[in-house]
Amino acid sequence: MKRRDFVGLTGLATSALWLPSLPSFGGTEVDPAHLLQGGADVAVKKRLADAALNAAKAAGATYTDVRIGRYLNQGIFTREKQVQNIANTESYGAGIRVIANGTWGFASTNVVTEAGMAKAAQLAVEIAKANSKTQKEKVQLAPQRGYGEVSWKAPIQQNAFEVPIKDKVDLLLATNAKALENGASFVNSVLFQVNEQKYFASTDGSYIDQDIHRIYPTFSVTAIDRASGKFRSRQALSAPMGLGYEYLTPKAADKIAGPAGSDVIGYKNSYDILEDAARAAKQVKEKLTAKSVTPGKYDLVLDPHHLGLTIHESVGHPLELDRVLGYEANYAGTSFATLEWKAKNIPYGSKVVNIVADKLQPGSLGAVGYDDEGVKTKEWNLIEQGKLVNYEKIRDQAHIVGQTESDGCCYAQSWQDVQFQRMPNVSLKPSAQKMSVDDLVKGVDKGIYIAGNGSFSIDQQRYNSQFGGQVFYAIEKGKIAGMLEDVAYQTNTLEFWNSCAATCDQSDYRFAGFFNDGKGQPSQSSAVSHGSATTRFNAVNVINTARKIG
Amino acid sequence: MAILSKDEAQNILKKVLSFSTADECEATLNGQIGGNVRSARNAISTSGGVDNVALTVESRFGKRSGVATCNQFDDATLRRCVQRAEEIARLAPESPEYMPLLGPQQYLESPKSFTASTAGITPDYRAKQVGASMQLCDQKKLTSAAFLNDSSGFIAKRNNKGLEAYQQLTNLEFSITVRTPDGTGSGYATADYNDASKFDATRLTQIAADKAAGSVNAKALEPGKYTVILEPAALVANTDASLLQALMSALDARNADEGRSFLSKKGGGNRKGEKLFDERVTIYSDPTNADVADLTFSGDGRPQKKVTWIEKGVVKNLYTTRYWAQKNNIPDLPRPGGWIMEGGTQSTADLIKSTQRGILVTRLWYIRPVDPQTLLYTGLTRDGTFYIENGKIKHPVKNFRFNESPIIMLNNLEAIGKPVRVGGNLVPPLKIRDFTFTSLSDAV
Repeated sequence: MKRRDFVGLTGLATSALWLPSLPSFGGTEVDPAHLLQGGADVAVKKRLADAALNAAKAAGATYTDVRIGRYLNQGIFTREKQVQNIANTESYGAGIRVIANGTWGFASTNVVTEAGMAKAAQLAVEIAKANSKTQKEKVQLAPQRGYGEVSWKAPIQQNAFEVPIKDKVDLLLATNAKALENGASFVNSVLFQVNEQKYFASTDGSYIDQDIHRIYPTFSVTAIDRASGKFRSRQALSAPMGLGYEYLTPKAADKIAGPAGSDVIGYKNSYDILEDAARAAKQVKEKLTAKSVTPGKYDLVLDPHHLGLTIHESVGHPLELDRVLGYEANYAGTSFATLEWKAKNIPYGSKVVNIVADKLQPGSLGAVGYDDEGVKTKEWNLIEQGKLVNYEKIRDQAHIVGQTESDGCCYAQSWQDVQFQRMPNVSLKPSAQKMSVDDLVKGVDKGIYIAGNGSFSIDQQRYNSQFGGQVFYAIEKGKIAGMLEDVAYQTNTLEFWNSCAATCDQSDYRFAGFFNDGKGQPSQSSAVSHGSATTRFNAVNVINTARKIG
Repeated sequence: MAILSKDEAQNILKKVLSFSTADECEATLNGQIGGNVRSARNAISTSGGVDNVALTVESRFGKRSGVATCNQFDDATLRRCVQRAEEIARLAPESPEYMPLLGPQQYLESPKSFTASTAGITPDYRAKQVGASMQLCDQKKLTSAAFLNDSSGFIAKRNNKGLEAYQQLTNLEFSITVRTPDGTGSGYATADYNDASKFDATRLTQIAADKAAGSVNAKALEPGKYTVILEPAALVANTDASLLQALMSALDARNADEGRSFLSKKGGGNRKGEKLFDERVTIYSDPTNADVADLTFSGDGRPQKKVTWIEKGVVKNLYTTRYWAQKNNIPDLPRPGGWIMEGGTQSTADLIKSTQRGILVTRLWYIRPVDPQTLLYTGLTRDGTFYIENGKIKHPVKNFRFNESPIIMLNNLEAIGKPVRVGGNLVPPLKIRDFTFTSLSDAV
């Protein structure tokens, strides 16, 4: 069945088609109160997991891991003065992955009983044995010690599911009202909340219980000039975060101003949705009459909300080792940053480019205690002073680059999908020297300041990219000089990162995030954050995107 | 139990409705069984399966609506599911866009939407098809990555206003990317069917392999405006956004009326009835077409019939919700599933023969909106881009980034070829003049 057939039959997807990517909302509809009920007890989950581990071993597996997952989601969708949809879903089941005859096998079940687990484990072994007939190389797993019975909880202050739906609806409708009061023609707003309750067990001797939370408030504001027929939109400058509802209690210290004269406010660990909606409405009206950009070379000053997407596409993806090796060739693509390319020591970026991968940063979407194959998470360098030093990899890939341990970035979007290598948080380190956004802009003679991520496209090996944004301001002789429109920049990954001139300090550092990064066939989504401070890139090619149609 | 017969499904739905105490109640059963195999580096990398039936119940009290689902069908579970939908409905706010459930409807028959050949696919069949494909690549010393996915399913609906619907569907899709071992050549092929008996992985692998071998040593051409031949897989993609799908997705009446569409008229209203494309452009939907057989009812129970969306370049119809149709007294047309662009009899090879200077594009990739005002999109060529001179493919060329609008593209039409199925649609190869390439890509 094609996806559109399914989408047409569910109420969930109909209200959020304006979003560039709808978060994955698998599972069955439940009462909102159900989202607060506890899952199975850890002792019960251990017994169920052991049933699978034992059955797989008896069937001939040499390695087995079990993931018992309960995935809870709530989405609230509104437009202008009305609620369009409220969806509450739960998905519960177990995925069992084995190695038999040196080959992976996987099976999943929503019959989470000892018998159901054993049956799925046996099926996984059967599949592994069948697939081993075409296997050319046996799976080599990096060694992993067992952690015994351990747990990890996201350090949230308030579980978003505990907040009454009415309060959340009221906040979204107040957001819409702010936008309309300030001149918006239309506004859609949405609040997504996710809780992953995951239990992992493996034949290495780990029994890991984890509780992970994510939240994503966002909106789209549109202004229309009926006389000219022109319309423009501006999306929220929020970031999806690995936080609870506390993200929606704004704190003054988390508001970071853009350069003087820009009327841009970025948000750090809390978000003022009402303020942003009012500002978005004013900005989107200004966009209707803003000057259309003259194409040419400009120095770009990119805010973290925008730069996060560029980091994601031009660093995060090309350094996924499975892409590098060709496992994604038929869908997401391969990578220019092959092992042979790395050996040539060609600079990836300028000396100010230091890019780190991690699954640890508090509040980030990638933060977990252990990944989906039971590896304790960590931080590691990808690019040091412009030089590529490492990739993103998991247990069955580590040996390929001579590494003896996994990086701990294995993930599956649900219990029914097999886990595989996914992007960790990938972040640009801020400057160790003091540098404000105004300091950064001061040195720019002819440039453009871009806030917010917009249109994005990059080739299948991650060379050529084109990015838009939410708001654009001209920089002339070190000062902001009014709003621009129709801006996109086209660049080559290596040229772009080698043109990186300077980045702001830690005080400007914050996350951009993506709830629905797609990879794999069938496609799986994963959530990932990218930290950075506002950064300058010299002499980037800017195009004008305005066209005329009859 | 994934594929229930019409009687089995409707009996469950009747029972569900008998438990309802709401003003209105509609129940939908959706079942699917299928499997997939993924390969890379000429070996199977993952495989999986799906076997599930889900019930969705929507209950309404006045203008309040609640939805609940379950995937077990004993009386107690069904009763709880109905009760939960009713509890959620009582808590929900009133919908200002409420429309009563539809009563009895007449649906067309689409006998080719379900075929036994696809429904009968076994893991062995998948392994054999993908195995033959990998073997061919091994023989040619090429490296492939491929994905085979098949499913058979049914959808049944029933409500307490008398609506009753049932249909079965099968689908098989296959795609393959073949690369030279040194990474300097890449080729792609894809196909999808209701009827798996038409599928031959080896034939598609051969096409992708030829393109891979032929695309080695690509030369760089200056970006600019070129005559292009866009193969059907470059116009519509199974796995990504695409230029023609973007155009069809923009035929929404409400967006046009609200002023936020390329179909919005200055001063208000929409541009239905205006000629916006070359007069050879005609696009319609027909769920009974044997080559792209599809559902004959929409998610909200409206019949899907043959509808002409664009005729001889003129926008003839826009799709809409029932609420918007009633409010504005416009035709109540649901968004179609697949669609059909009329074409001629020429193959892609014939289009090449008639081209003095141009570029053949196998596939476009990472297509994203740039400006909804003009439907401007950007993206890149991929997996087989070739320079044509004097009616022949002269040499492979490096990939380009484009910035183009399907509206401008369908005004710059030079020739239309014979439609083939892609992603559940019938799409002809198109020859387009002045297609805008804005930069080069080093990607292979």
